[in-house]
Amino acid sequence: MASLALKNLFHEKVRFAVTLTGIVFSVILTAVQLGIFQGFIAASTDIIANSNADLWVVSKNVTHVEQGVAFSESKLYQVLEIEGVKRAEKQIVTLGAQSKKPDGSDEGVTLVGFDLNGGMGGAWNVVEGDARDLAKPDAVLIDRLYAADKLGVTQIGQVIEINSRRARVVGFTKGIRIFTSQPAVFTSFKTAQSFLNLPEDQTLYLVIKAAENVNLTELKERIAAELTDVEVLTRGELVYRQAIYWVIGTGAGITVLVAAALAIIVGIVIVAQTIYSATVDHLKEYGTLKAMGATNLYLYRIIITQAVTSGLIAYVIGIVASIIISRISLEGTLAIIVNWQLVTALFVLTILMCCASSVVAIRKATSIDPAMVFKG
Amino acid sequence: MKAIEVRNLVKTYGAGETAVHALKQIDLDVNEGELLLLLGASGSGKTTLISIVGCILSATSGSCKIRGTETVGLPQNKLPRVRLENIGFIFQGFNLFPALTAQENVEIALDLKNVRGASAKRRAAELLERVGLADKLKSRPADLSGGQKQRVAIARALAGEPHIILADEPTAALDSVSGKLIMDLLQELAHEQKRAVVVVTHDNRIFDYADRIVHIEDGEIRDDSEMQTEAASSAFSFNDKQAAEAAA
Repeated sequence: MASLALKNLFHEKVRFAVTLTGIVFSVILTAVQLGIFQGFIAASTDIIANSNADLWVVSKNVTHVEQGVAFSESKLYQVLEIEGVKRAEKQIVTLGAQSKKPDGSDEGVTLVGFDLNGGMGGAWNVVEGDARDLAKPDAVLIDRLYAADKLGVTQIGQVIEINSRRARVVGFTKGIRIFTSQPAVFTSFKTAQSFLNLPEDQTLYLVIKAAENVNLTELKERIAAELTDVEVLTRGELVYRQAIYWVIGTGAGITVLVAAALAIIVGIVIVAQTIYSATVDHLKEYGTLKAMGATNLYLYRIIITQAVTSGLIAYVIGIVASIIISRISLEGTLAIIVNWQLVTALFVLTILMCCASSVVAIRKATSIDPAMVFKG
Repeated sequence: MKAIEVRNLVKTYGAGETAVHALKQIDLDVNEGELLLLLGASGSGKTTLISIVGCILSATSGSCKIRGTETVGLPQNKLPRVRLENIGFIFQGFNLFPALTAQENVEIALDLKNVRGASAKRRAAELLERVGLADKLKSRPADLSGGQKQRVAIARALAGEPHIILADEPTAALDSVSGKLIMDLLQELAHEQKRAVVVVTHDNRIFDYADRIVHIEDGEIRDDSEMQTEAASSAFSFNDKQAAEAAA
């Protein structure tokens, strides 16, 4: 049975190549579109997702983290009094800062100010320089992806202006993408405060680390009950809110989402059509097998074996190509993220698509048309 | 023993005014050891009859017994077993699997009977040797002549040790030499191995092989004649020169 299934498959090389091409194209299309979508989500949420904070305290009705409204730092001390809080720090994330480029033009930046002595809300992927240098006055870290093009910065030690104040580049991060393409500039909370002219007793956010074995939901409720005029969100909730705002709310991500959905649909159609055609082309042979006494189960096994084999080979080719595309994209500002979850999901989707398509064709194969079998 | 016993068999396609009555109250018996030719014009009902006898088409009413087993009304999932155990098909277009060698084509039929591995290879080789293709085991259908392909098909049909062989125009696509070889084989299966062989044909060259000739017309049997060997018309037989070539 397996011999017939595989030999049938490999016998007509051109047809097999066409089948594989269809599925490979479908896998790449779906992987790249979903990878772009994942890239968009990552770009909009990475600063929160990598904050290492369990809870965020934000001003009321904040739709996205860059929109934060300042509130009194007294809330920090209130939070520190609450049972179950291990650490709490002030945090700034805002789009409200401008950098002046060497040519005199302005470029918006995403300013991230964090407590250098804490372990939350800071820079990651520091590839050049040392994050500890942020303790120096006016020191900033900039991401390499945008540094040269957006800010005209190419090396450590260069001086730029942020909100008309001097800032000295002490290092670079790599691969921190921002949905708005406004470069992430990391600095100490104090320096960020001065860039924004934020009063000393004000902060935009609080980031909180819970003590070991503390129920996060209960801790969140306790903090929310204690504080007024602010919201307390888990990191996951804020990531979700952030993603919804940038990816859905702005409409920008909708385009990518629709493209990703279309890619899946187109992928399904391509795979379905390809596998269905390949199966229908062998209907006479299946009819002959049935006439010889083959059961429907026997035919199912042949057809499914062919579909799954085609799917597996094409999937491997398609996913390797997609990973290569993804790797190349990581050098640029538009990341196509093909992670293991997507690789796994696409594997399941591809095999399911192949099986489902062949099952549709099986319905034809299992009912013999005598005219076809006898007269061909 | 009666291999095939058909009584009042009716097959109607569609319903109402547009209904097509393909078979009308057909009665037919085929005995083991008998080679029966089924003749008729296109659309006369030959293929419908052979399809119902072969359990790949359901009758509208009537009875069709295959070696005593009633097949009309038998659930669809029971029919493959009846085919597998009783019937071997030979098709006009050979219906071989192009991706497989001659030996593998025969092995597929054995695979259906759960005969696999070395024993399947050995049995397939024996069957091909029996039809004169011992040197073509590894040839693919594309590398075989029409006659050779049909002999592979016969070997495949025999793999299941069927009691009944249903052959649809087995010589139509063959030259005289190949046609004679095929009919000699089918005659041997009927007379020496006591199988019931039903051959649907238009080919008047093979009439003298028949033990019986049944004419079917407009879904009804018009004539059912036993043939005498001496009565076979030489005008319809393969000529001597071709026969000599075939024998060689």
